[in-house]
Amino acid sequence: MIVGILIHLLLLLLFAPLLAGIIARTKALFAGRRGQPVLQLYFDLLRLARKGSVISKTTTWVFAAGPVIGLVVPLIAALMLPFGTFKAPLSFDGDLILFVYLFALARFFTAAAALDTGSSFEGMGAAREVTFSCLAEPTIMFALLVLAKLSGGLSLDVLLGDHLSASWRGGSGPALGLILVCLFVVLLVENSRIPFDDPNTHLELTMIHEVMVLDHSGPAFGMILYGAALKLMVLGTLVVNLALPWATPWWALNLLLYLAGLVLLAMLIGIVESVMARLRLVRIPQVLIGTTLISVFALVLVLR
Amino acid sequence: MSWLLTAVALAGLSGVPGLFMNRYGSGGERIACALIVAAALCGLGAVVQVFYDGDPLLLAWSWKIPGAAFIVRLDALAAFFLMPLCLVAAAGAIYGLTYMAQSHHPENGRQFRLFYGLVVAAVMLVVCAGNSLLFLFAWELMAVSGFFLITADDQLEEARKAGFVYLAASHTGVLALLAMFVLLEQGSGSFTFPAAGLLVAQGGSAAAIFLLGLFGFGLKAGLIPLHIWLPAAHAAAPSHASALLSGVMIKTGIYGLTRLTSFFCEIPFWWGGSLLALGALSAVFGVVLALAQHDIKRLLAYHSVENIGIIALGLGMALVGRSLGEPLLVMLGLGGALLHVVNHGLFKSLLFLSVGSVVQATGTRDLSQYGGLSKHQPLTALLFLGGAVAISGLPPFNGFISEWLIYTGVFSSAGKDVGGGIAILLIAPVLALTGALALACFVKVFGMTFLGHPRSDAVVQAKEAPALMLAPMMVLLGFCAWIGLLPQTLGPLLLKAVGDWNSAALEMPTAMPLQSLTNISVFAWVLLLTCGLLFWWLQRRRHHVVPGLGTWGCGYQLPNQRMQYSAGSFADTIVALFRFGLWTRRHGGQAGGLFPAEEHFACHTPDIVLDRAILPASSGISWLFVRLRSWVQNGLLAFYLLYIALTLIFFLLWFM
Repeated sequence: MIVGILIHLLLLLLFAPLLAGIIARTKALFAGRRGQPVLQLYFDLLRLARKGSVISKTTTWVFAAGPVIGLVVPLIAALMLPFGTFKAPLSFDGDLILFVYLFALARFFTAAAALDTGSSFEGMGAAREVTFSCLAEPTIMFALLVLAKLSGGLSLDVLLGDHLSASWRGGSGPALGLILVCLFVVLLVENSRIPFDDPNTHLELTMIHEVMVLDHSGPAFGMILYGAALKLMVLGTLVVNLALPWATPWWALNLLLYLAGLVLLAMLIGIVESVMARLRLVRIPQVLIGTTLISVFALVLVLR
Repeated sequence: MSWLLTAVALAGLSGVPGLFMNRYGSGGERIACALIVAAALCGLGAVVQVFYDGDPLLLAWSWKIPGAAFIVRLDALAAFFLMPLCLVAAAGAIYGLTYMAQSHHPENGRQFRLFYGLVVAAVMLVVCAGNSLLFLFAWELMAVSGFFLITADDQLEEARKAGFVYLAASHTGVLALLAMFVLLEQGSGSFTFPAAGLLVAQGGSAAAIFLLGLFGFGLKAGLIPLHIWLPAAHAAAPSHASALLSGVMIKTGIYGLTRLTSFFCEIPFWWGGSLLALGALSAVFGVVLALAQHDIKRLLAYHSVENIGIIALGLGMALVGRSLGEPLLVMLGLGGALLHVVNHGLFKSLLFLSVGSVVQATGTRDLSQYGGLSKHQPLTALLFLGGAVAISGLPPFNGFISEWLIYTGVFSSAGKDVGGGIAILLIAPVLALTGALALACFVKVFGMTFLGHPRSDAVVQAKEAPALMLAPMMVLLGFCAWIGLLPQTLGPLLLKAVGDWNSAALEMPTAMPLQSLTNISVFAWVLLLTCGLLFWWLQRRRHHVVPGLGTWGCGYQLPNQRMQYSAGSFADTIVALFRFGLWTRRHGGQAGGLFPAEEHFACHTPDIVLDRAILPASSGISWLFVRLRSWVQNGLLAFYLLYIALTLIFFLLWFM
């Protein structure tokens, strides 16, 4: 089990920053630029860890708690999640609720840290973040209900486990397809991606996540970037496991398949970001409610 | 049993010595506090005895009133309601020593303490009564004493109004309960409570019993749309009384429903279904109404409605599980509901007490006046934060554990083909929505109150609360953390209480939830330790910090504290999404022209049921009757003679 935990953590810690580079490179290709190196985030993290920081005198210890919890939560949550065919090292019945609520904990402290600065921009970002999550949360539950119904299990390991390839081929393919779409939308919302949020700009009034972390600097900002990369990989794993349920007898090939899935997912995100504009803020709730309804259809499909 | 009776007697009499003591002296309040703490310890002794011995404590004395008997019965189910009562009552009593010191409140302090003790004693009796008449007696005592807690500050019109609405609602509820107990007596043949699972539900009578119970107990618990008395009452009462009312007293409604449904051997599906529907309504609209409030205590009161909704969802799931014959649903649903009763008692009173310390320091309950209080009240801020994380249902605190139990029930039924299971499945998204909204609300409250810049001068003057107010809150937070970090210690106790409600629920392996609780505990500790470690590392690097700089104003040179995001703007998008059920009133805020003049904006969300339906309806009816009276009783002698003549003719015709 210890070995399993170590493999999971190493894989996550080492591979996650690459995804951000791939997204950036994809976007650069679409824009006709050469773009930053694929490993840019690794360099950034190393540099930020060594830097000093500027901390507003308005803030309290809550300001530091936000980045810390934002980094720890994806690390812990990953232990409940199967990485491809690597079983989850710390799986138990009912862990899916803990998984969802851990990310809620991170959201609580990220938003609180943003309010800690007393800046109206960051207050705005915090308000939007918690508002849009309210609309994304029921979708996740519906998607998990569909998977629980199909697998008969109570842990993410079983929900995203062996039953998937049979379920895709059986009559439940359409339902799985629908929740795949829903989970991809949730992934975009939760990781503050276009069309819901723009990860590149700080200062426009339309921003959500980036504006919340405006005042962080140095190692704390590094933690935020690292936490965001880890979160992308953890939530991306949900989507990849669901979309690529095949397993081969060779573990190395399985690992490659899983990592290739993640890379493909990152490229897909890059493509979405390149071909779409950000939605107007008033449209976002409508899209999210629409996604919830799609997940309701998926549940109805498996219940009939 | 003697433990329990001692506790009731001590609590009930705790305020009496103070009545004979000096108005301005502190002797009476110290005696009252000591007696309440002693009563709480005795109560906890009784709880320990029940769980340790495994048998319910029973006592039966005869009583002169026809049909009544002084039967007191404490089983594990009742113990789950007694536990938070003892903790909250003791914490509130100690907190009250400085929060409402006799020397500062010579006119109402003694009276308040008398009724505080009476409420505690009455709630103890309510959850232990084994006879309908004793139950109603205790229930009335609780309701009336509660009225005096709410109207402690009766020089304020707000408190008098809140007290009146409370009294009217309470007595409407008692009316329904009276009818219910009479019907129950006809079914079981005695006013003594039947043992669990003995009563056969017979068509109309059972349905009437359930509906009357749902109305009467729902009114006390505050299920939407029966919550009308709750927001104003909790806002008007002194904070430690709000903690007692919100943390403990409204749970007697849940206790009543739980006890009532335990009598029946089989449960119709619609009982659970209707409780699920009411629970979902209360959970979602409770939290949305809370988000729209600016008065911090009113906001917390609406969160009580939300949490009662969550408890009702768990209880409804257990009822549905019984009608479908699914013991796992019964176990997880009722287990979650009971644990949430304890949890809500703990974190809600923690929140009310810490808000009390804020209100006392600043002199206002208006959220938009606060800001930056954690600089002035660091410990209060920490305690409030603990309560906020717990009430949002987040790990590693206790709120998560009870919600996890309910969720797990939902997901376990998803895997199986349970008939009518769609009602159960919908609990998960409802709970998820409620949880996310509660999180939004508590980020708002915590951020607006304790973080950022002060929004008014009241905050700048604020001082940290004295140790006697902080200590009881720390104890409450400690219990919250205990349940969150070591939930497996409560597992066996929950199983025992579920067995008291429905023994069939235990005819299945119980390893799954217990093992998972241990795993959750491991995760909670890992989370806490890793965060602590990383936080420590980040703090160690503080010497690299450039000192003395303010928040970056995005290039704007002269930001002031009025420019911060306010409580209203934080919740605005969500409130707008739910405008179909809120009808928020907005005033002003329309700046026009090239050089707009000074402009004000205010928004206000009245209660949907009380302010939008009941008050207009009752004022309409009273207007109608005033008109009718002025038409009938018009002062003309001829008309009165006419009435007499008409009456005589009527009777003449009637008796012919």
